[in-house]
Amino acid sequence: MDLIRIKNVEKKYKNGVTAIYDLNLAIEKGSFVFVIGGSGSGKSTLIKMLYREEKPTKGQVIVGGLDVAKIKNHKVYKLRRKLGIVFQDYRLLPKLTVYENVAFALECIGEKKDVIRVKVLKALEDVGLKNKVHEYPDNLSGGEQQRVAIARAIVNDPKLLLCDEPTGNLDPEKSMEIMKVLESINENRGTTIIMATHDKEIVDQMKKQVITLKDGHLVKFKQKGTYAE
Amino acid sequence: MKVFRMLGRSIRDAFKSVIRNFSLSLASISCITITLIIVSIALIASFNVENFTTAIERDMTIVVFLDSDATEKEIEQVEFDIKAIENVEKYTFQTKKEVKERMQKESEVFNTVLSSWEDEESPLKDTFQVKVKDIEKIKATADEIKSLENVSVVRYGEGMVDKMVTAFSSIEKVTYGVVIALVVVTVFLIINTIKLTISARRKEIGIMRLVGASNITIKLPFIIEGMILGLMGSIIPIVLTTYGYLVFYKHFDGHLYSKLIQLITPEPFIYQASLIVLGIGILVGMIGSASAVRRYLKI
Ligand SMILES: Nc1ncnc2c1ncn2[C@@H]1O[C@H](COP(=O)(O)OP(=O)(O)O)[C@@H](O)[C@H]1O
Ligand SMILES: [Mg+2]
Repeated sequence: MDLIRIKNVEKKYKNGVTAIYDLNLAIEKGSFVFVIGGSGSGKSTLIKMLYREEKPTKGQVIVGGLDVAKIKNHKVYKLRRKLGIVFQDYRLLPKLTVYENVAFALECIGEKKDVIRVKVLKALEDVGLKNKVHEYPDNLSGGEQQRVAIARAIVNDPKLLLCDEPTGNLDPEKSMEIMKVLESINENRGTTIIMATHDKEIVDQMKKQVITLKDGHLVKFKQKGTYAE
Repeated sequence: MKVFRMLGRSIRDAFKSVIRNFSLSLASISCITITLIIVSIALIASFNVENFTTAIERDMTIVVFLDSDATEKEIEQVEFDIKAIENVEKYTFQTKKEVKERMQKESEVFNTVLSSWEDEESPLKDTFQVKVKDIEKIKATADEIKSLENVSVVRYGEGMVDKMVTAFSSIEKVTYGVVIALVVVTVFLIINTIKLTISARRKEIGIMRLVGASNITIKLPFIIEGMILGLMGSIIPIVLTTYGYLVFYKHFDGHLYSKLIQLITPEPFIYQASLIVLGIGILVGMIGSASAVRRYLKI
């Protein structure tokens, strides 16, 4: 079954730049998909349309049977609760501990304290940070901070995890650690993962599905693909 | 349950922000305080004026003095004419003898003076006490009665009430102006306080939106922050006016100048006034924060 269907999508920004041209895609539930392409090829735009940060100017973006573009602004939060999102820059709150940063996501949606506790500890265990629960983000390495961000993204058991260059700030070794974490989430929790990256090493090693964008056009969609061909 | 959790969180966040932006919060609170002190004084004054003008108006009577040499027939004619006047609600007739007896009862001094007079040489006159339906037309009614035959003088509590009401209404206008100006300044200060909080929490707000916090969850802490500012700003005015009015009331023994001008009994009046002041404070705070949220939190 397809979790995501993208039909005839075009995205033209207000300044006249067209970031995506006539895109058609279907992504199956439980898959792990890389979105690759050079800088400015439209990777981030595609990701943003999936979590309704941007609306397509044409076509439909259907996530879990719902046409995302049709969601009213004040209802977007309902979509966001079903997604996890991870960025290159972690986006952690420096005044909160690791635990509090992850718990924050559940507090924001009004979850009960005891439920929060169970879910947060499980998520931190899944990313291998159970021993850093009371640390502050500034005392962690970049790789660890990103794992906190991943824990926060998966803490509410989303069906879909979107990652926009999650390894962009990390060295190859730390990057592979992050990839292991993501792979185990994909396998153990069954979470569909879409990850934008331009890291060739990672894509070649992981042997996952690859969507290649070039100047806003889809040039390739391969099962078990690599970066080059 | 969920609602209470979110509310608790919002209130906690709001208090944190008030403390974090202490100087601007203090400016807002001070401004609300000054505004509300003026508002509450105006409120108490206007309620009191309203109270005793209606009391005086309710009491106001036209006293019609008849010529000393008027015959019984002529008096009957006057009565007939008064009865015919549209604005007359009711009237009573007092002979000079009754007037004398009443006055004697009222005061020792009058008693001794009046007893020495024979009925014939008494300067007192027979009177009609006339009550009107519409107090606004009392002057016209009095003039009409004055023009009747055998009526010598007509008197009513002219002047005093009129003067008081006009004086108060001009004071009221000035007060309105001042209060409106102060409310505008206050709202402006609150908007800026909340703006500061919002920009200090940009990152947090961004994350909240990502993880699926509803708009109301995001907005509520800021709205509550404004309400807290309003609440804090109304503490001093409430304490001040409550005690102030109690002291004032005691000092003047419940009335001003004459028994006619009765002050409103402090209880439960001061509690009602306090509630209104608190309500205004919180409302002004809310208006400020709501417009800041609308302007600076585009969600
Ligand atoms: N908010 C925006 N407004 C206008 N143009 C934008 C905006 N975001 C991205 N773009 C443009 O859209 C194109 C695709 O950008 P992006 O999706 O960020 O690519 P990538 O993530 O692959 O580097 C680029 O030409 C970029 O300049
Ligand atoms: Mg990008």
